[in-house]
Amino acid sequence: MILALILLPAAAGAAALLLRADALRRALLLFAAIAHAGMTALVAFGLLEAKPVSTWLLLDDLGLLFLGITSALFLAVAVYGVGYLSRERGVRRDFEEGWPFSNAPEAVFTGNLLFFLAAMTLVTATHHYGLLWVAIEATTLASAPLVYYHRHHRSLEAAWKYLLLCSVGIALALLGNYLLAVASQPAGAALTVEGLRGAGTGLASPWIRAAFLFFLVGYGTKMGLAPLHTWLPDAHSEAPSVVSALLSGAVLNCAFLGILRAFQACVAAGEAAFARELLVLLGLVSMGIAAAFVLNQADYKRMLAYSSVEHMGILALGVGLGGAAARGALLHALNHSLTKGMLFLVAGNVLRAYSTKVARDVRGVGRVLPASGVLWVAGFLAITGIPPFGPFVSEFTILKGALDGGRTTVATLYLALLALTFVGMATTVLRMVQGAAPGGVPRRPEPWASIAPPAALALAVLTLGLYVPPPLVRMFEAVVGTTLGG
Amino acid sequence: MKSATDGILVLLVLTDLMLLGTSRIAALIRLAGLQGIVLGCLGLFVQADDLTLRGVLLAAGSTAIKAGVIPWLLARAMREAGASREPEPFVGYALSLLLGMALLGGSVWIGSRLSVPGPGAGSPVVPAAFFSMGAGLLLIVSRRTALSQVVGYLVLENGVYTFGVSMAREERILVELGVLLDLLVAVFVMGIAVFHIRREFDHIEVDRLSTLRDTGP
Repeated sequence: MILALILLPAAAGAAALLLRADALRRALLLFAAIAHAGMTALVAFGLLEAKPVSTWLLLDDLGLLFLGITSALFLAVAVYGVGYLSRERGVRRDFEEGWPFSNAPEAVFTGNLLFFLAAMTLVTATHHYGLLWVAIEATTLASAPLVYYHRHHRSLEAAWKYLLLCSVGIALALLGNYLLAVASQPAGAALTVEGLRGAGTGLASPWIRAAFLFFLVGYGTKMGLAPLHTWLPDAHSEAPSVVSALLSGAVLNCAFLGILRAFQACVAAGEAAFARELLVLLGLVSMGIAAAFVLNQADYKRMLAYSSVEHMGILALGVGLGGAAARGALLHALNHSLTKGMLFLVAGNVLRAYSTKVARDVRGVGRVLPASGVLWVAGFLAITGIPPFGPFVSEFTILKGALDGGRTTVATLYLALLALTFVGMATTVLRMVQGAAPGGVPRRPEPWASIAPPAALALAVLTLGLYVPPPLVRMFEAVVGTTLGG
Repeated sequence: MKSATDGILVLLVLTDLMLLGTSRIAALIRLAGLQGIVLGCLGLFVQADDLTLRGVLLAAGSTAIKAGVIPWLLARAMREAGASREPEPFVGYALSLLLGMALLGGSVWIGSRLSVPGPGAGSPVVPAAFFSMGAGLLLIVSRRTALSQVVGYLVLENGVYTFGVSMAREERILVELGVLLDLLVAVFVMGIAVFHIRREFDHIEVDRLSTLRDTGP
């Protein structure tokens, strides 16, 4: 089952590169996305058992959570993407500088999209630190061509920064792997999550600390933790909206899972306290830097990107605080991915109608694109933690965890930064929706393929705000209690 | 075999220093290839006590990729891009070398502070590896052309590999194959990007890639 989940998108990706008919290729993309989501759902609801392939390839609760997020988001993106691809044909004029440009061949785009899904599935399904590393690097390599879909110099610049920064980060994470191997040598432990847990305090402490440090810097670059986040706003603003949605909603999570696995090694070695402090610190720094850049942000896609930096900070902070806050962080990973995926897809609709990413030039979205306007406001309320949406519940859980743990300073800073981001996003988003549309932007029909996926994600976020399914709660408790050190 | 590995590590440090002082891109690529051979030898010598066929094949494969395939890809990208020389790096060559010396001193200091368990104790592996990583990072931040930055990335990876091959010897087969594959694909993708940068800008200077930034409202 696990192998099928990984190989199906990989095979579909290879086929997509070879197929010549556009219609057939798009059908293949949809089929692969539906099949992947279907298999994941069957495994998640316990109707199908995902048998461990070996000690290297197995799906635990933590992996399943991230696999579920990735698969659901990919399905939404695939449905949206089919409509998107059919509109993106031929040579078009760059709306920022007026030069004509064309897109990358659709076969390359679809193929890489599917390889990307395969790599992300492997990230969630492996317990071996080396294989995890290979898989995370593979997600970078598969997604770099996606960032450079529009063949003009700005997206090339974004893709180059993304490729080089993430590769350097990944090289540092490789050193983390080797340090981990040195740490496990005295105990003779295998480099898997279970192997290290079995070795326990037999692991050499200073080397575990050094390993965690390098994992944090390496995977933190990819996760977008400040101050290592500099590639993120560029890549998110220049990539097509479907790709931005996947980058924010799925890839950042994969890197986060990498850090969680490193954290599990620290917990096993009894070095959790050291790792926790680092995570809290980086979390707060990320939230602070993101808040500063969200305020007065001129480009609405960059604004969403900085909001992702903020939420990655929240995730790191929650895991660092531990206990209820860590459970909140896992729920927040789910909430953030669904919300941010939806926001980027809606941003794609707005970009298409207005042909500008400058927030100041966008007015009257509510009139020009009624459905997208509603979703845009709903997404904004959700992402800034306003009830009744899901992120409110998870952010509140993290706050409660911080207060219960007696971390009043951290809790105060956390609340202040959340409030600051709310103000920053509110001024931009609400101004875009209200008012009269500038001349030359008529009311447009909104095709169902560009509305249904974000609407479905919005519905899921709303549901999670009103009702968190008890099995999910039990799973969070089990994961945090057993492998994240309580 | 200790003196042999020590000699190889000295070679590694020397090639790093040469890389820092070189302006010609062809020379950069050749030096990176030379490092690939040096590291292949290192991979053989550290396991000299119990040499297995698997180990030999792995070292041979790694050398073939690092000293053969990757330099070939880079040289091709260089020819297609028509760039042979690094125009005015951000940090001059003399200053680069000085910084390199400082890095070397720092690496030796780190090496003296870390107590290495097991067979690697007392060897200059840690300083050499850390110096290589530092030199790679320095190349990436101080050079303008995309190709020099790719070579910097390779040198950084070589530093990491040096540490790994000498310190972490357990179960490395699949990991190492994965690493090599990743490296190959990374350079391949970067090569394609270099080609596109060339086509887009008519040169491969990365500092022209500076339009994306945060602007006020």
